[in-house]
Amino acid sequence: MPIAHSVVSGMGGMRTAGDLVARMQFTRKMRISEAKTYVADKLKVSTHDLSDTAVMRELREELGFGVVLGIPGDPKGMEAKERISEVLDIPVNCVDRVRRRAQERRS
Amino acid sequence: MSTYKVRSGDGRFIAMTADEIRRDLIEGAADAADRGHIPTLDDNEIDRLVDLFVDQAGVVGVQMGNQVISTQDGGDHRINADAGSCGLALAIGRIQELQLHERAFGQDTIELGHIDYSYKVVKPIVAQEQAYVENALVATTHPLMYGAMTNLGLYFAPDGPYGNPADLLPAGRIKEALAAQEEAAVHAQRDVVFVGTRLADSGLDIMNLDTSGASGDADFMAALKAAEELKSKVPHLAIEMGMASEFVLGMHGSVTYKGERLAGMYPNDQVRMAEAAGVDVFGPVVNTNTRRSMPWNLARAVCFVKACVETSNIPVHANVGMGVGGIPVLDTPSLDAVSRASVAMVEIARVDGL
Repeated sequence: MPIAHSVVSGMGGMRTAGDLVARMQFTRKMRISEAKTYVADKLKVSTHDLSDTAVMRELREELGFGVVLGIPGDPKGMEAKERISEVLDIPVNCVDRVRRRAQERRS
Repeated sequence: MSTYKVRSGDGRFIAMTADEIRRDLIEGAADAADRGHIPTLDDNEIDRLVDLFVDQAGVVGVQMGNQVISTQDGGDHRINADAGSCGLALAIGRIQELQLHERAFGQDTIELGHIDYSYKVVKPIVAQEQAYVENALVATTHPLMYGAMTNLGLYFAPDGPYGNPADLLPAGRIKEALAAQEEAAVHAQRDVVFVGTRLADSGLDIMNLDTSGASGDADFMAALKAAEELKSKVPHLAIEMGMASEFVLGMHGSVTYKGERLAGMYPNDQVRMAEAAGVDVFGPVVNTNTRRSMPWNLARAVCFVKACVETSNIPVHANVGMGVGGIPVLDTPSLDAVSRASVAMVEIARVDGL
């Protein structure tokens, strides 16, 4: 079922920018058009590019957002989310938790 | 006259002419409009739906650029759970399942959940679930949800401490039945908030209050109040609220939220309540009637969801799974049916996600 929806109408997750647009819906309650426009502006691409694997594959690697392929050394998981948080200027709870704890240790 | 293969609400193929498809679409939309006191679908929208069903392609899709966000309910268990949860019963770990959803299945978000899928059950093992959430957050990049139900039914005898309304009401013990639901709702709210605050401590992105209202209006009220309390205590935790059905059953009949009676609410009213509680994303449900055709069911579902989307100020992710959102009741849903429902929800109901 999830794969069917993904093929028919989904943005494609890490293959494209689906996870990034989803974060805008959940952190800022943005509707789909507003969320796409926000992410596209931050990444300096068009909203159509956000669902284009040819554009997003390269851009994600360049930005350190993590790509769907298993590239050794490429950011993934927590490291990728730290970059996403910074570029999109949004909170990512687990990243903020790591930052907060590191700050507490230093002070 | 030419006939076309379409699905019935139970998943079997039936043959319908274009005129019969159009008639069922109009009747399905009219049924939703009548029940929900909402506008029916216009001629252009009916024409688009006719085109979807007359097109005999095995799979249809949205126009490029119209793609939306995918969220799920049921968590990671669709792979390791048994058929009772529509799962595959494969020997695989929960974190690996999340990675598959993220890296192989093209999902936009991922969801973790306990196999029992109720917050009451998760409460005594919340530390275990926190450990899974923390491991999952290290291993994945997508927004991570934790999903479970408020599931007020588990609070009634013999499973819980309160009298069972299903026994009390037929016995004429009305006041006791109402009191049991009110007390159970307070208990359920406390359990959901307990689990939510701890998962938020672990860095969770999104809490999914799924199948809200499954035990009626008091169940829905518990979910709304839990969402409101969580937004006050851990505002950084996003909340998605998914519904149990298109209509809030009045098992209690008199409970209110923000001064409005919850019993009898349809999706366009349910979303106003969710929004008032601070919910970030709302998931309407419209049930499938197995005795009617898929065109009838899909037009009806699209009509309800379109009104919900137009009312809402927050993103709407319609439930479009087995037996809801116009899809036939079948645990192996066909791609021809799913893809038509998916397109209709995105391009006619204008949902923000599925």
